[in-house]
Amino acid sequence: MTASVETTPRAGVEIRLENLQRRYGAVTALNDLSLTLAAGELVALLGPSGCGKTTALRLLAGLEEADGGRVVIGGQDVTGLPANKRDVGMVFQSYSLFPHMVAWENVAFGLQMRKVGPADRKKRAIEMLDLVGLAGFADRYAVQLSGGQQQRVALARALAIRPKVLLLDEPLSALDAKVRSRLRDEIRRVQLEVGITTLFVTHDQEEALAIADRVGVMNAGHIEQLGPPTLVYTRPATPFVAEFVGLTNRLPGTVKRGVVEVRGTELPLVQADAADGPAIALVRPEAVSIASDGDLAAGPLVGTVIAVAFLGATSRVTVDLGDITVLAQMPTSAAAASPAGTRVRLTLRTDPVLIAREETAAVEH
Amino acid sequence: MMGGRRLSLDWIGAVPFLGYVALFLFLPTAIIVAGAFASEGGPTLVNFANLSRPYIVSAVINSVILSAVTAVGGAVLGAILTYAIATGNPRGTFRRMVTSACGVLAQFGGVILAFAFIAAIGPASAVYVYFSQHHLDYYASGVWLYDLRGLELVYLYFQIPLMVLIFLPAVDGIKPQWREATESLGGGTWTYWRYVAGPLLAPAFLGSTLLLFANSLSAYATAAALINQGGPILPLQISNAITSEVGLHEPGFAKAQAVVLIVIVAIVSVLYAVLQRRTARWLQ
Amino acid sequence: MSRSRRAKLRAFRIVTLVLLGAFFLGPIWAMFEFSTRGVGENSPRTLDAWKAIATYPDLVAGIVASLELAVITSIGILVVLVPTMVWVRLRLPRLRRAIESISLLPLTIPAIVLVVGFSPMYQWMGINLSDNILTLSLAYAILVLPYAYRALDAGLAAIDVKTLSEAARSLGAGWFTVMWRVIVPNISSALLNAGLLSVALVLGEYTIANNLLYPNLQVEIVSVARTNAGVSIAVAVASLLFAFVLLVALSFVGGQRGGRQRTRERLVQTFARDFSGGTR
Repeated sequence: MTASVETTPRAGVEIRLENLQRRYGAVTALNDLSLTLAAGELVALLGPSGCGKTTALRLLAGLEEADGGRVVIGGQDVTGLPANKRDVGMVFQSYSLFPHMVAWENVAFGLQMRKVGPADRKKRAIEMLDLVGLAGFADRYAVQLSGGQQQRVALARALAIRPKVLLLDEPLSALDAKVRSRLRDEIRRVQLEVGITTLFVTHDQEEALAIADRVGVMNAGHIEQLGPPTLVYTRPATPFVAEFVGLTNRLPGTVKRGVVEVRGTELPLVQADAADGPAIALVRPEAVSIASDGDLAAGPLVGTVIAVAFLGATSRVTVDLGDITVLAQMPTSAAAASPAGTRVRLTLRTDPVLIAREETAAVEH
Repeated sequence: MMGGRRLSLDWIGAVPFLGYVALFLFLPTAIIVAGAFASEGGPTLVNFANLSRPYIVSAVINSVILSAVTAVGGAVLGAILTYAIATGNPRGTFRRMVTSACGVLAQFGGVILAFAFIAAIGPASAVYVYFSQHHLDYYASGVWLYDLRGLELVYLYFQIPLMVLIFLPAVDGIKPQWREATESLGGGTWTYWRYVAGPLLAPAFLGSTLLLFANSLSAYATAAALINQGGPILPLQISNAITSEVGLHEPGFAKAQAVVLIVIVAIVSVLYAVLQRRTARWLQ
Repeated sequence: MSRSRRAKLRAFRIVTLVLLGAFFLGPIWAMFEFSTRGVGENSPRTLDAWKAIATYPDLVAGIVASLELAVITSIGILVVLVPTMVWVRLRLPRLRRAIESISLLPLTIPAIVLVVGFSPMYQWMGINLSDNILTLSLAYAILVLPYAYRALDAGLAAIDVKTLSEAARSLGAGWFTVMWRVIVPNISSALLNAGLLSVALVLGEYTIANNLLYPNLQVEIVSVARTNAGVSIAVAVASLLFAFVLLVALSFVGGQRGGRQRTRERLVQTFARDFSGGTR
């Protein structure tokens, strides 16, 4: 491998995971998982713990062996290769910096493995630290850095070896909220600058939606939906996705001739072939609007505001309809007109909705 | 004024303890140090000059060799056992059993340990009888069990568990992510041990070895029960000097030897402290 | 971790455990074997050696002396140490570091060194005060001091001594009541811990007794071995069993509160930092 030290951006390579299988005893961690990452793309795998997302990442890294399927990086089948031959850069959840090396030595470690000379590797290490904004911290040990700084050094270390793939295994989850969102944007900036194909694994939907080109929502060892963040959010393909990504109202209704009737409103269906009968319609809070004027006589969609949660530009209003409560999200200015106690009438936007048949347990975020 | 009075009253509470340790910890220490430099005629260095007697010199050398051998042997074998424990389930029964056993065995020593080895592999043991009947007389050139070589073997019995107890926390501190990070950066098993785990564990390993060295250096009872004649190591010589006729005529002699032992232990402690300080910069 | 590495690791762990297990269990098993041997070859197992223990009056006297020493030493060290440690926490926090350093000091002074200093003191005591073997408990208390200190320190760290005693004082309790009715019940498992450790250490002590020429249990075991190895090994096994029972008891202490795991960790820790030869 040549050891050029400049940080020229370069196009990433395509990565394909094909029909990956992985079992731990009786537990199936990955069930026929296939995923293609386009060159330079950042894909986030999102799902609850135990959904298989970390297993997928570790199979791609070569830290675990698949029971079946292939891993192809840049056209080369690497399924049988051990981790140290795969040319992947990895950032772990936390504590992955070598504690007996200062920051630049950590970054230079992978270059040392690639037989880069001492002068070159220090130079490149400093450049990489500069890239993540830590040039001034080159001589600090991990214990002298904050959690966020440690993760940036880990990012620089992973990228220093010019890997073909960058793998991020919940890199932000050990950090506190403020640092998390800053570092998230920082990771995205660096990833775009370097142009490296990246797989990002997280259980935090906000993180995944904010950073990724495409989001893959995983459940029980397979990908339920893969698509751009906006699509995953606005057009969830399955009830699981609808409930895992964002907040969702579960409104009882009845399916009849291709539409679902919810409290007097007919909503088109995403699942066009749904059989007739009772069902739960999954309605986003954004698709619910409220009016505090006009006809407020008793009706299926008339109720009382019981809480208003101020979220910044938007507010979330909880409305008690007697038998159920419904969440509605709207600009804060609109919510100001209906403080708690106000009688309001709800309107459901006639976007296509998903329906769930059985009472699935609410998904924890 | 009131504060001052209160304070002096408060100090009375610590008097029984301080009085006791003054009498039974500081007084004996003072007796040793003062006595080492004293003779009937007043201050002297003659007790230290007497240390140049060949049997004392050889006892010191033997003690250092014995301690070094059992420290290194105990450290290496203990480290292997530690690794076997640390790579297992951290909450498993195996680990709990072994660490509990080590807690007991590290303290198991002295007379009973010596007898256990005599019963196990001594000249009257079932093992020896069996081996000698099968033409494997391991005492053909003398019963080395009652010798320095015997001590080397027997001391391992408490050195290995002690190593496990003091080295395990360091090995537990090694995060699996470091190995995975090494692999993803292109390093193999050798690289991992050479550049990551090795340098990380080396200070703890050396420090533990020093503690084992001091431990072995101070041990007396096991050697006294195993070795009937002579005093090949310093603790036995000290004992001889206290209890024998000759020793009673030279009350300063045992004290000078005791000072030597204290000095060696002190040197080891200083080395240990230096080692601790070196690792402190990258540990919390 | 790859599967082949996992399999290799497993094999390595099994081999290590088996080999070291044999090394550690072999000698203990051999003592049982030795103490139940009959006279002559191929004779059946017998408990003669065990039965003969009582026929050695010096040995019996040594056993009794060691047991008495164990009881006196463990009670003595608690009586001195507990009030001091509580008092220091309440009134003399500045002294805490000093008390701790002093208490742990015996760990770094080998027993064979201490005995050199004790020797003239015991000669003087023997002439002017008493030459009873039980005076050894004064020296033994120094030996067990670090262990007792650590056990008690762990117990006191788990309760808020200051608040508890202030609460009791505000309700009208005197200092004695505070100690006896408030502090002691709250650190009962630490007291038991410290006491049992002291007992185990004293029963195994040889260095000081032998060099001060007091015939305690271990000294008698060695002396009986010269005439009847079977009997002395039988006593050795018995004392080992007794110590083992104590240590098992120790790992159950505090089982109801705080959990056994923590107690065991503490026990292990208490032993772990010893590098002065202890009773060896």
